[in-house]
Amino acid sequence: MGAGHGHRLHYHGHSPLHRCPAHLKILTVLAFTLLVVATPSTWLPAYAGYLLLIAAAIGVSRVPPLYVLRRTVIEVPFLVFALLLPFVATGPTTEFLGLIVSESGLLAAWTLVVKGTLGVLASLTLAATTEPQDLLIGLERLRLPHQLVQIMAFMVRYLDLVTGEMARMKVARESRGFSARNPRHWPVLARTAGALFIRSYERGERVHLAMLSRGYTGRMPR
Amino acid sequence: MTTPVSTPVLDVQGLAYAYPDGHQALFGVDLHVHRGERVALLGPNGAGKTTLVLHLNGILSPGAGTVRVSGLPVDKANLREVRRRVGVVFQDPDDQLFMGSVRADVGFGPANLGLKGAALESRVMTALDQVGMADFADRPPHHLSFGQRRRVAVATVLAMQPEILVLDEPSSNLDPASRRELADILRSLDVTVLMVTHDLPYALELCARSVVLHDGTIVADGSTHDLLTDDALMRAHRLELPFGFDPRSAPSGAPRP
Repeated sequence: MGAGHGHRLHYHGHSPLHRCPAHLKILTVLAFTLLVVATPSTWLPAYAGYLLLIAAAIGVSRVPPLYVLRRTVIEVPFLVFALLLPFVATGPTTEFLGLIVSESGLLAAWTLVVKGTLGVLASLTLAATTEPQDLLIGLERLRLPHQLVQIMAFMVRYLDLVTGEMARMKVARESRGFSARNPRHWPVLARTAGALFIRSYERGERVHLAMLSRGYTGRMPR
Repeated sequence: MTTPVSTPVLDVQGLAYAYPDGHQALFGVDLHVHRGERVALLGPNGAGKTTLVLHLNGILSPGAGTVRVSGLPVDKANLREVRRRVGVVFQDPDDQLFMGSVRADVGFGPANLGLKGAALESRVMTALDQVGMADFADRPPHHLSFGQRRRVAVATVLAMQPEILVLDEPSSNLDPASRRELADILRSLDVTVLMVTHDLPYALELCARSVVLHDGTIVADGSTHDLLTDDALMRAHRLELPFGFDPRSAPSGAPRP
């Protein structure tokens, strides 16, 4: 807690991409993602073009490429699923790297990997060049329902607090000699998650009280 | 206590309250606070202090008894005006500061009251000036130190120009310098204060008068100095002075009532 830590996705900078209004960037990423999803998965040159586009955008933003790449780990669960597809899908089979795999499964896996990766890279570039606050203002300008933007604003505000609480609970667990090494320890983690949920819920109630005490009647002032 | 000549800012009569689970927290509380007073509300954990505070601005409604703020009864019809008149500063500033910037946070209350534009901006900056935080108006609250956040939390309430400032444990978790700075700020304000605290030296320093709440009733009401030097009373209500602190030899920070 305390002073001086920003959000982990944003990379501070002053490039043209950083200065570009947030709502334009959001629309661009959305359009780009839709385009990628709509492109038939066999048009390989198109995908190479998309990748070049993202590389160019990251270049212009002067965000270190490794900064973005390291954050793509969020995609791993999808990749695991994609890796399984060729083996579980049915239909005509083919040989790939010495293994007998489903033809349609292989194609589906390729589609999932390439489209997912492009989407994740585009979103991470957006996140790296846009402050969370500006992102919210951008969404508001795009006429996203006010309530949704407010919910996101509260999430941004309290994310650090909740992760900080989680980190302190972990330190407290480990200070008493616990570390989660195998599934037998999972019940402890589950109880920690439960406690964290209750604490966050109660904080929500306290924040609501504090809002009521300052005359909140259900509408945020504009 | 001074003889009341005007309507008390805070007038609590026979207030009783039981939580929905059946636990009764207050058993007939009577309390008057007059304009310009700084009163400390003392009492052990679980005495009902927070429950009492939540009645003052109508978050909880009394099971029996009444609460009036400058003559205005606290009920559903008057909630908006009551919440302007009674400014509650909660214990954890992170509960109170929820907007993206200090400016937006301090402006939240006055904006709910309908202030806009230049009037809102001047109200916000005046409140931030009062707590010495004007230079931090554009910072996100979660990037401030704890002491700074506590001061901004006070400003969020001052911006509503309340008639009474209710502080829940204002000195908790503050380092001694921040604690002293907050005391200086509270002394400099021209506003009635009710301060809930376990910090007895702080009560002695800031408040001429104290009331003790124990098991849901007011058990003592008088000059802070007299209460803190009454050993039998202190023992009977689980109040203890910090080691080495003697109110008899402490310089009197607060003016006599």
